Amino acid sequence: MSAALDLASLAVGDVVATRSFTLTRDTLVRYAGASGDFNPIHYRDDVAVSVGLDGVLAHGMLTMGLAVQPVLDWVGDPSLVEDYQVRFTRPVFVDAESGALVEVAAKVGQLDVAAGTARIDLVVTGNGQTVLGKAQVRVRTPAAAPAAAAAAAAPAAPAAPSA
Amino acid sequence: MPVNPDLQGRVFPETSPYLVGREKIREFSAAVLSQSPLNFDVEAAQAAGYPDLVAPPTFGVVIQERTLEQLLEAPDAGIDFSRVVHGDQRFTFTRPIVAGDELTATLTVSSVKQLGGHSMVTSESSILDATGAHVVTAISTLVVRGDE
Repeated sequence: MSAALDLASLAVGDVVATRSFTLTRDTLVRYAGASGDFNPIHYRDDVAVSVGLDGVLAHGMLTMGLAVQPVLDWVGDPSLVEDYQVRFTRPVFVDAESGALVEVAAKVGQLDVAAGTARIDLVVTGNGQTVLGKAQVRVRTPAAAPAAAAAAAAPAAPAAPSA
Repeated sequence: MPVNPDLQGRVFPETSPYLVGREKIREFSAAVLSQSPLNFDVEAAQAAGYPDLVAPPTFGVVIQERTLEQLLEAPDAGIDFSRVVHGDQRFTFTRPIVAGDELTATLTVSSVKQLGGHSMVTSESSILDATGAHVVTAISTLVVRGDE
């Protein structure tokens, strides 16, 4: 799996992973329960409309949470993710009947083969419109992972080479 | 009402320890539509070298939430929650959160800025394990909309 993180074989602009997700109102209720974010704009149309929205929208943190998954699947080991950031630029409205379609494409944004790191840029759309800005995941190769982090996460793991 | 600029630089008290449970990780992972066995299957997580189930990268928001409550409830903050919008979010990891972790978090307000009628409050919640080692820092900017 981490063989995919052969940075030398990548070029800026390469699409390394894609995935699409269908969100329904059920998805939002589940996320509310799991995260503890019970803002009613995520499950009540009347409240959403009363604060000037077109309708119920997905939690931004739900969109952030699912958008990184294709990158994790590609990298193989979650400890190789150093940093993940997004800007919430547009809400994802989730229709009561038809739900919403969120599509993710992960592209190489920047490469530093010598340092063993790459920045993966996520293009995330909701119902066809871009919903996240500056959505970036910084990943490192196993060789570039600090030994201390590997040890903390996985004492019994095959150790990452300590530099 | 603008957010109190004196909040900038304030450090809130460390939160009480949060024990990360397996079922909570499974519940959160299902909620973000994860398909990774590392999030659901203990044997798979251990085979990959982790002591227990691995939480998804954004799980830190559950711990961060407890620190943001401190900020929103601060009597002198001047933050009207009904006007708060999430502007951006970032996680900087030392390692993934795993089941069995006992985590505490300390929130520092890094900046308070006015932009037009809006206030932007950026805060950093540093999340540590029971040994005091850093696990992840959650950084978020909340936008408090002004009167319209």
